[in-house]
Amino acid sequence: MNIVIMGCGRVGAQLAAILDEEGHKVTILDRDTYSFRRLPGNFRGTALVGDGTDEDILIRAGIEEAHAFVAVTQGDNRNVMASQIAKHIFNVPKVACRVYDPLREEMYHALGLETISPTTVGAKLLKDLIMGQGG
Amino acid sequence: MYIIIVGGGKVGYYLAKTLLSEGHEVLVLEKDAARCDAICEELGGVCTRGDGCEARTLADAGTERADMLIAVTDEDEDNLVACQVAKHKFNVSRTIARINNPKNENIFKKLGIDVTVSSTNLILEHIEEEVPTHPLVHLLTLKGGNLEIVEMRVPPNSPVVGKRMKDVAFPPDSVVCLVIGKWGAYVPTSDTIVEAEAQLVAVTKPEAEEALRAAIRGS
Repeated sequence: MNIVIMGCGRVGAQLAAILDEEGHKVTILDRDTYSFRRLPGNFRGTALVGDGTDEDILIRAGIEEAHAFVAVTQGDNRNVMASQIAKHIFNVPKVACRVYDPLREEMYHALGLETISPTTVGAKLLKDLIMGQGG
Repeated sequence: MYIIIVGGGKVGYYLAKTLLSEGHEVLVLEKDAARCDAICEELGGVCTRGDGCEARTLADAGTERADMLIAVTDEDEDNLVACQVAKHKFNVSRTIARINNPKNENIFKKLGIDVTVSSTNLILEHIEEEVPTHPLVHLLTLKGGNLEIVEMRVPPNSPVVGKRMKDVAFPPDSVVCLVIGKWGAYVPTSDTIVEAEAQLVAVTKPEAEEALRAAIRGS
């Protein structure tokens, strides 16, 4: 699969590494070149500097041929905007978007974006852990 | 009307001031505490500290009964999200977003924002009116003589369009030696009619450039 990832933080870099290892064609975007230090040395994908809310950058990242787009920058709004561009303008079949704010996550989920809120998920896991139901 | 403004920067501040003076109920949402205090001090308690993209902040601001939400921060993605949250979560009937990057104008329309105002485009348009947008292009400086070859485009609204070459007030040291128009390139005579959007290649002196430009623009 061709996959475009926006945001090369811990999650973005790790996701890119896993997908790359599985043989997918990965392009990862970040506004800051320094973030690419998180990518493993044997990463075969493309690392591209630029803002994923910019159509031209997305086109350069190969969004038009992408099968999936993942937005995992620190900014909820940037993730949401880029995901909507990927979904509604470039018709990427699979779009996943991280939204920290649970309320916003809920709303964009209702609007048809595939969203995940690490706040909700993380809090639940931690609770399960201390209550002894974690496994 | 009850109008919520997201972003208390310069645009947000003056917008709030204007809307207040027109008798509307206005609330400004601003993330920065100092900025928020400054607005409250100057305009009265019309500013609340908070992130206007957060559903909770908007709920506290009584967005449900708002007639309009205007997002004027300097981040396009924040403006987009504030408008979308207002529209889809609180059913605000009218949302307006400021756009900083002109490229986003189309995107915002496709994503369902009612009205967008591109501040960058507005400024550019105004500047373009003041600055010649059809500049003279230097093609070649002729060695020896104090002469150069330049190219200009005839603006479509120029008063010289439709005139004969001999009736255009070209400066004395300039000769139009080639016209590239709709039907190709040709050497003009004194009776050639000036076409809109035609490219004119002229021999001129550097000091006559300004007069030549003025002759083509008709001003």
